[in-house]
Amino acid sequence: MGLNESMAEILPSLTSCQIKTLITSFVLYSFLVVLLFVRPADAQESPYIVTYDHYLEEPGSLEIEYFSTFGTQRGGNDFHAAWLEFEYGAKAWWTTEFYLDGQTTFNDSTIFTGFRLENRFRLLQEEHFVNPVLYIEYEQISEADKIVKEIEGHDVESDHGVPNAVARQGHNHELEFKLLLSKTFKGWNVAVNPLATKNLFPSDPWEFGYVIGASRPLALKASANRCNFCPENFIAGVEMYGGLGDTASFGLHETSHYLAPAVAWNLPSGWTLRLSPGFGLNDNSHRLLLRWGLSREFSGFGEMVSRLFGGRQ
Amino acid sequence: MKKTISRLHLSILMTSVVAGFLALSVSLAFAQHEDSDAMENDHLHHHHYAQLAKVPEKARLLRNPLESDANTTAAGRKLFEQHCAECHGDTAEGGKKAPNLRAEEVQEATPGTLFWILTNGVVRRGMPVWSKLPEPQRWQIVTYLKSLGPQQKSHDEGEGPSKTEHTQPRPLPRGRSQNP
Repeated sequence: MGLNESMAEILPSLTSCQIKTLITSFVLYSFLVVLLFVRPADAQESPYIVTYDHYLEEPGSLEIEYFSTFGTQRGGNDFHAAWLEFEYGAKAWWTTEFYLDGQTTFNDSTIFTGFRLENRFRLLQEEHFVNPVLYIEYEQISEADKIVKEIEGHDVESDHGVPNAVARQGHNHELEFKLLLSKTFKGWNVAVNPLATKNLFPSDPWEFGYVIGASRPLALKASANRCNFCPENFIAGVEMYGGLGDTASFGLHETSHYLAPAVAWNLPSGWTLRLSPGFGLNDNSHRLLLRWGLSREFSGFGEMVSRLFGGRQ
Repeated sequence: MKKTISRLHLSILMTSVVAGFLALSVSLAFAQHEDSDAMENDHLHHHHYAQLAKVPEKARLLRNPLESDANTTAAGRKLFEQHCAECHGDTAEGGKKAPNLRAEEVQEATPGTLFWILTNGVVRRGMPVWSKLPEPQRWQIVTYLKSLGPQQKSHDEGEGPSKTEHTQPRPLPRGRSQNP
């Protein structure tokens, strides 16, 4: 608000809306210009969309990811929710992420539903039998948010049947904690993510959930040539996730659960495509959550930003 | 249950969080810059390779199961260009962020030692763990590294990658590969 007023004094002929557009465009174009000068990196991304393994972003690299979720809705309109992730490797042991969420409910409206800030910290320096990573997220989202990136507490399908105009009036300010436990052996990755969430309104209870994932590349050895369709570029897996109630009623009563096969295609050009149809396992779950995603990693982004702020060439 | 808070509080909170994120990004950029300075100014050559001495004996003695595989070096080269060249340089000659892998210390290390370093990374010095690459792919990278051989000695050795001579050809452009 303050910035807009200051800009309005400098540029009195512009409306507040035009100033906001100007600022947004400036930020976006600056960001795109920076990306032009950084090198796309070849990725070896897992197929997981909900699960986290213990691998963090490489230091100085920025990964931009777009994900979609199409969900069927009994007693309401189907929806398409999308989110954009900016994932930055601050250190080899620390990755930070910024999310923007939005959704379209068919026969209703399209709305922005909030943002999330996430940090992941690797707790042990070397590889062990199980590798723990601490995950801390702050999210400020409206109750119309439908990306369903995690299921917690008593989240059920009917939560998403409320019209957008009503649901967006409610806001959640949540802290979410996960312990990411992961192991890779003989090409197989197995990851388990217990999670606990606390809405910052004091009266709300802690809510719990779980995520389990397993994946493996179609081939373990790399071929000698760069190729789009080499089997090692494809990683297949499966995810299972759901709620575990809250501090007032811990357990499976009135919770939803999903099973989702997933596949990732890591292209030599640096792009990664993911696809994951998720199927509800009980009557509280959406029948189908079809997810897909597109991502690209840019290495040397941190160095580029450093130069912009006066660092060495 | 629906909860609402005033738009003013929401705006203040959102602005604070976004400003905090931007401040964090800038400070990280500077921190990384300082790290690079520290690495470049580190004249204690052996510090770069100190981790090699910390590899457990059992891991050192591991044999490379793909030693005799015909395509291993070419595949390892491809993997190196994909995942390692950004920091270690296109021909492993080292860069601002990571040491020269053609140095004697590396070339004289056992394949098992290099495999262990690749698997576990050197996290506190900025090298991530690479166990997400399947074991055969890590062995392919080790095979490629060992195939490079030590860097030819020159009077400028140690002063930067641009002043050194290379025994290997430059890597191929993307989209092509070359058998050894």
